[in-house]
Amino acid sequence: MSRIAKAFENGKAFVAFLTCGDPDLETTEACVLQAAENGADLIELGIPFSDPTAEGPVIQGANLRALRGGVTTDRIFESAQRLRKATETAMVFMTYANVVFSYGAERFIRRCREIGMDGLILPDLPFEEKEEFAPLCRKYGIALISLIAPTSEDRIGMIAREAEGFLYIVSSLGVTGTRSEITTDIGAMVHIVRKNTSIPCAVGFGISTPAQARQMTRFADGAIVGSAIVRIIEQYGREAPPLVGAYVRRMKASLSEPGIEETHP
Amino acid sequence: MTNPRGRFGTHGGQYIPETLMNAVIELEKAYDRYKNDPDFCAELEQLLNEYAGRPSRLYFAEKMTRDLGGARIYLKREDLNHTGAHKINNVLGQALLARKMGKTRLIAETGAGQHGVATATAAALMGMECVVFMGEEDTRRQALNVYRMRLLGAEVVPVTTGTATLKDAVSEAMREWTKRIDDTHYCLGSVMGPHPFPTIVRDLQAVISREIRAQILAKEGRLPDAVIACVGGGSNAIGSFYHFLNDPGVRLIGCEAAGRGIHTAETAATISTGRLGIFHGMKSYFCQDEFGQIAPVYSISAGLDYPGVGPEHAWLHDCGRAEYVAVTDEEAVCAFEYLSRTEGIIPAIESAHAIAYAQKLAPSLSPEQIIVITVSGRGDKDCAAIARYRGEDLHE
Repeated sequence: MSRIAKAFENGKAFVAFLTCGDPDLETTEACVLQAAENGADLIELGIPFSDPTAEGPVIQGANLRALRGGVTTDRIFESAQRLRKATETAMVFMTYANVVFSYGAERFIRRCREIGMDGLILPDLPFEEKEEFAPLCRKYGIALISLIAPTSEDRIGMIAREAEGFLYIVSSLGVTGTRSEITTDIGAMVHIVRKNTSIPCAVGFGISTPAQARQMTRFADGAIVGSAIVRIIEQYGREAPPLVGAYVRRMKASLSEPGIEETHP
Repeated sequence: MTNPRGRFGTHGGQYIPETLMNAVIELEKAYDRYKNDPDFCAELEQLLNEYAGRPSRLYFAEKMTRDLGGARIYLKREDLNHTGAHKINNVLGQALLARKMGKTRLIAETGAGQHGVATATAAALMGMECVVFMGEEDTRRQALNVYRMRLLGAEVVPVTTGTATLKDAVSEAMREWTKRIDDTHYCLGSVMGPHPFPTIVRDLQAVISREIRAQILAKEGRLPDAVIACVGGGSNAIGSFYHFLNDPGVRLIGCEAAGRGIHTAETAATISTGRLGIFHGMKSYFCQDEFGQIAPVYSISAGLDYPGVGPEHAWLHDCGRAEYVAVTDEEAVCAFEYLSRTEGIIPAIESAHAIAYAQKLAPSLSPEQIIVITVSGRGDKDCAAIARYRGEDLHE
């Protein structure tokens, strides 16, 4: 069984996103290990990009801090390789198409394989363009994660049928960042997904509280949290790792608690 | 090629978040439906002629011709359009299309402010809401245009992320579009971004070369030997080239902004210094570092201060049909002053890049040969900045 499949075997999955190199790679690695030890089932390692068009202000800020700190794709590969030696938790890279393309797609994806990465998420690579990288990802056994959005509608089936690893459900319109309320009918989206694929699906964008994570996983198999974790790191810098660990523990615990909906019908 | 959608050779495509895919598919369907619709075309032509003042003049620059002592020089006067630049050609078409699609709100990016002003103008005319994203740095360089947009009823949002210039304004407009799609059309200002924008904007700007062709045939009885235009994203250039693409005797020359020079980091000459990449929805050439981080480009011209180039230009470069040259700030400023003094025409600093190259090319050609230069916009907006460049303490 793949590490990604295993990530969804332990109840509802908690997926943690961090931007590599914010504030430095040593802190990123400590945060990842803290997250993994405290129940994160899958880690998204963000490779920073100068112009992250799908990100809200929090992750944009992390991208720019990391780049200013001198992090590069090569140094992130070395860092991820160290992490793979320390943990068996599933890890995927999340970055933008140009970071992969510019490195040389085959060189990038082969390197992912060599260092034990499990997947790749590229928010600016929709279904119509995935052949840019999909053949290489198949060749090297890297899951190219597909996304569906509230606007996908008639596209959900088509995307789900060819999805690999897990399906990333974008919870709401707009960019990444915490939201006070998520009104999308996730249940209806998951329903179409289930009719077309057996791979698990996780919901991201806007989730920061245990209640939201529970709400999103009523139908989906996992919750993805990015900006809320990045904000802890922004606030506490090198002191962040134990705080990230505590946050992940609380969020993961909330996923196995009975939801408010069930206890108070 | 597995996916031919909106490709120019290897360039183009639709590298955008899934959230926007149905929006661009809907746009493509609407465009395919209306582009040859007689009512739509008649309505657009009416607007272009009666409101924007088309056709624009093809003016024989006699003094410039005599002074340079070579080819006969004609100026395609897009600066005489309503709002002062070629941008209105594209905007009227997109605004009309957006209205047909039931959209009530236009958003746009702007660099120099010309596209923002044109969008705000069309929105005012058609009773639509309008929000324009503009790099904070550019709101300072082009303060007058910010006022014009607000006067026209648009909201101007200064963008502070990244380099706070055109590329960041594009990123922010794309982000805004993912937040609000139902009632909103993203009125992209150049031949860039995801398919179908490069094609739509090209078709709407192709009116420039359609007119040049008819006008030069009427005046000279023959096609020009060269057509010269400035290139940022490349909309006035592709518009000037399009109806000559199948005439191999017509040289097509795009002038990029070299900033302080193509051997410095302070340049925006994408074809001269960039390499193939994927950004802002398209595969094309981009100024970037070895790890694919987009470079903070520089040009004195806010409208050319962009790290990429439209995919059709990238392809015209690959196949050799068009030539791309780089023009420095200093050369452009000299041309700005030269055209003002020689012909009494103050060109936009963007257009001055094309004038500068024509000054080099014309003397090398014979008096029987013909050059057409597209003056994409008027230069009033640039006067304060050029005065400051020349050391005068002039502020708006």
